[in-house]
Amino acid sequence: MLSAVAVGVQVTMVLTLVGVSRGMLADMANRSRGVGAEIVVRAPGSSLIGFSGNFSDKFVELLRTQPHVTAVAGTLVQPIGGINSITGIDLKTFNAVSGGFRFLEGGPFRQPNDLIVDDVYARGNSTHAGDIITLPNGKWRVVGVVESGKLSRMFADLTVLQDLSANNGKITTAFLKLDDPANTASVIAELKKKLPDNPIYSTEELVSLMSIDSIPMLKNFIWVVITLAVLIGFLVVFLSMYTAVLERTREIGILKALGATPAYVLGILLRETTLLAVIGSILGIIMTYGTKFLINTFVPSMAQVIVPDWWPRASAIAIGAALLGALYPGLKAARQDAIEALAYD
Amino acid sequence: MTDGPIIETRDLKKIYRVGDVDVAALRGVNLSVKRGEFVSIIGPSGSGKSTLFHILGGLTPPTSGSIHIDGQDLLAMSEAGRTALRKRTVGFVFQKYNLLPTLSAADNIAIARDIAGVRGEPDEAFQQILRLLGIDKRLHHKPRALSGGEQQRVAIARAVVNHPAILLADEPTGNLDTGNSDAVLKLLRDLNERLGQTILMITHNPEAAEYGHRIIRMRDGRVVDGSSAP
Repeated sequence: MLSAVAVGVQVTMVLTLVGVSRGMLADMANRSRGVGAEIVVRAPGSSLIGFSGNFSDKFVELLRTQPHVTAVAGTLVQPIGGINSITGIDLKTFNAVSGGFRFLEGGPFRQPNDLIVDDVYARGNSTHAGDIITLPNGKWRVVGVVESGKLSRMFADLTVLQDLSANNGKITTAFLKLDDPANTASVIAELKKKLPDNPIYSTEELVSLMSIDSIPMLKNFIWVVITLAVLIGFLVVFLSMYTAVLERTREIGILKALGATPAYVLGILLRETTLLAVIGSILGIIMTYGTKFLINTFVPSMAQVIVPDWWPRASAIAIGAALLGALYPGLKAARQDAIEALAYD
Repeated sequence: MTDGPIIETRDLKKIYRVGDVDVAALRGVNLSVKRGEFVSIIGPSGSGKSTLFHILGGLTPPTSGSIHIDGQDLLAMSEAGRTALRKRTVGFVFQKYNLLPTLSAADNIAIARDIAGVRGEPDEAFQQILRLLGIDKRLHHKPRALSGGEQQRVAIARAVVNHPAILLADEPTGNLDTGNSDAVLKLLRDLNERLGQTILMITHNPEAAEYGHRIIRMRDGRVVDGSSAP
């Protein structure tokens, strides 16, 4: 039973990692969509999910003068450790693009160190409007709590964040609102001529790129975890089956005395292992609902989704690792001498 | 009872290598058992009874000599051949019953059929054996719920379910009290008399040995008395 639970943990590990990766990317995609812009202009050399580069905010004016563009919001992202970051916005232009925040508590910026947080952050950190919070880049007063779904979880005034991060006059991304979404392709084509170094995406294109397959580092990380899971599954089943074979030496001797071939003995152990791995996989899938509950309760900023399309893959990984682990003990059992096995107490 | 030996050995030797030393367990055994005979083999510890039992059952190959079981030459047999012999030709009954503890009595019997590749329900002859053994009402119990005598009767049923030519019994009453010992020995004799089952029984107990048609005495790896059928 303990072995089945161990196999279950292995399955949960894989499913939780994939679920969190996919959940966070989906959350990121939703928040990107929530900005309401049709076009996103990124800094030259920036990666899909990274915000390492920046470019001059003077381009905002240039972008605003383009045909069909009705509003442009320049934003600056400052990472503050882990997966958290503060996004600097000019509230007026950001509202023009996004249609404005829905405040659940408090209101817009009034002073330079004012911070707006979304309800997910507020829930996860028990934060309310009026609270003073300390972040790696200084002390902030939470001036408002807004409904989540618009770009970021924490917002500061753009110029304040530019000063704090020594990025005066710089932005990482510009969001463009058009008069008609049908003009998106033509505007992008024009922009690419004028800003050849900047990655320019339609929001839908950017969102579609936010998948595990599009992010090589994440994909590699998942494979590392899968490899570790296989190793854990292999070792657990190896030790459990090795012990089982030792404990059941006499039973193996009985089977051999009855005329069981090595293949028959091996088959019994491999069938037992498969059953154990299947039970473990089912347990693992059920436990994934537990990790989802725990993550959503204690770390609401990390979204985990249930990934049924990975159930067969994670189960196959678990069963494969288990069978691999059972192979040596199984062969040892199959080769056991019947007389010695029958004399075993 | 039909004529003709079902077991025949000539100058059968078995030498074990223990470290750098050769230990002769059998030093030239000559033995002939007719089909349908009930033979008891008796002898002190170290006389070679168990080694003979293991060789006759195909659990270990002899070193030299000749041995034929039901017409098959065991000396020329591969490991796979000896495994096949254990499936069909020979049935074992052990002193410690050797039932699989996690299976019911019925499943302990069924697994012997499964190993032999026999499908379907056991035939009427076997049902008759179950009634003879008196365990037909106890088949759904696990070994731990059965008395020693019942466990040994299940072991006998398992040994004969595939209708082997020879039933080899190694101290079948060694773990039983007098009452159960008598019951098991009578059952073995019934199997032999009613169904013509050839039985070779190893025992320390001279009284138990008396249940056989013939007693073979062994000492120091040799048969010293009763090697041939009368």
